[in-house]
Amino acid sequence: MNRLSGVGELPSTCDLAIVGAGPAGLAAAAAAAERGLEVLLLDENPAPGGQIYRGLADSPAARRELLGKDYQRGDALLSGVQASRISWLPGASVWMASSDLEIGVSKDAVSHIFSARHILLATGALERPFPIPGWTLPGVMTAGAAQGLLKSSGLVPEGRFVLAGTGPLLWLLAYQLIAAKAPPLAILDTTLPTMRAGVMAALPSFLGSPYLLKGLRLMRKVRSEMRVIGGVSELRAVGEGRLRGVAYRTRSGQAETIDVDGLFLHQGVAPNINMANAAGCDMRWDEVQLCWKPVTDDWGRSSVPGISVAGDGAGISGAEAAACLGRLCGLDAATRLGRITETEREKLAAPTRDLLSRYARGRRFLDLMFQPPATFRRADAETIVCRCEEVTGGQIAQTVADMGAIGPNQLKSYLRCGMGPCQGRLCGLTVTEMIAVARGVPPAEVGHYRLRFPIKPVTLAEIASLPHDEGDVRAVVRE
Amino acid sequence: MFRRLPDARSGLVSLTIDGAACVGRRGDSVAALLLETGHAACRKSAVSGEPRGPYCMMGVCFECLVEIDGVANRQACLVQIAEGMKVTTGTGRREVTP
Repeated sequence: MNRLSGVGELPSTCDLAIVGAGPAGLAAAAAAAERGLEVLLLDENPAPGGQIYRGLADSPAARRELLGKDYQRGDALLSGVQASRISWLPGASVWMASSDLEIGVSKDAVSHIFSARHILLATGALERPFPIPGWTLPGVMTAGAAQGLLKSSGLVPEGRFVLAGTGPLLWLLAYQLIAAKAPPLAILDTTLPTMRAGVMAALPSFLGSPYLLKGLRLMRKVRSEMRVIGGVSELRAVGEGRLRGVAYRTRSGQAETIDVDGLFLHQGVAPNINMANAAGCDMRWDEVQLCWKPVTDDWGRSSVPGISVAGDGAGISGAEAAACLGRLCGLDAATRLGRITETEREKLAAPTRDLLSRYARGRRFLDLMFQPPATFRRADAETIVCRCEEVTGGQIAQTVADMGAIGPNQLKSYLRCGMGPCQGRLCGLTVTEMIAVARGVPPAEVGHYRLRFPIKPVTLAEIASLPHDEGDVRAVVRE
Repeated sequence: MFRRLPDARSGLVSLTIDGAACVGRRGDSVAALLLETGHAACRKSAVSGEPRGPYCMMGVCFECLVEIDGVANRQACLVQIAEGMKVTTGTGRREVTP
């Protein structure tokens, strides 16, 4: 890869611009570059790999070992792009990817706009909001944050801390922290009983999943090394200005408190759709994964011509499937730009499609098994939902009931909900579901925030410094 | 609240946090160093003034905003530490002065 040092080195145009250098972005870049496309890879992080392979290229041997084989599997993706003529701009914040295929990107306080013939959004996932009382206290973080610190800096939590919530990542993190000799005091498990309708029906397909044995082995190891408290409800982070403890109710109804200075929350991941949403890509509500995802076809094409979406940003499917989807998008871009025929595309894609169906097997079981309980997907009256603007569950419920707000966009007007710097990333799903419940309609009918560029904060000075022509000046200057 | 595993081998970088000299490892983000040096909180909420600290460590939550080399509201989890860098925590809502 050709590493660019600043936006000044960006071309004015390219064949394929990829936003995100995780598994989907890397696999797409390799596939497209191999077919002769000029590929530009833009990523916010200092090194490629996304969250899943964060820090992999520079990871010391001992850390690679404790993070496990699935982490090391990213080596193949990283080496797949090493030799190719991909231009890569790390530390770059993409703030626009428009429907007329223009990209706005900022690095080191300088912005640049260029046009692409095709755009792939590989923006990955973010952790589902977990709006419990006290979740804004310093000391409360996500499980992904703890794992990211371990991957990129070899930092592990110290002192008294617990993990809480549900989902595969919580167990994986516990396992890795055991290996790092920094185990949590306990896992407060909020997973609903496995033996419930729907979940067991999806089990047979999971029996053929590559994740089955791995998952069982991992959970057994974790259970043998630490306290796992099941059936947890009424989870609360407690403290004044700083986390001091975690309170919860056990399965039998007993109220308990543990003194902690660290609490790592997790209840699954959801697609990071801000860029696709602002680009105008059609979205649909996924009833099983309980999140929005862009509508895409078999090749990852969105409803906006020239914009594709791959990886977890298109729907949660895991790192291996993300790489498969990325490769399909890379091949498809080569077809769309006339480098290979549709027949060649089909032929090249066949082995990838086989692999993809292997990793898709049993996904539904995982999604249902670890579906976060409804009580943790909504906030009670006093609990903050929108962390940036400090809007509570009670304010949202009241605004829907008394003011007749029908969707998230009205809440912006009434409450500034979702209008802070995170632009709804940490409240959007909660808000949609809470409005749906209050109105008695499905989330699909409520919709998501209408997002607009710039989707990352850019200073006015940066925008003003962009090259402009006479028409631009006439549009804003009064004669 | 975080400690370093003995596996770290990257070089050292000297900088200041709120004027106090501090040493981190090359490749660390500002937010990682804040957590290692016990800064669970790094700013005040612009609404209530309550303390906030790094939450997601992946650029989506905007809780770790700090001032870096005189530029306010930088995402500490996305900026790598550099020699001589000046990090200022604890800022909150901007005051408008006439």
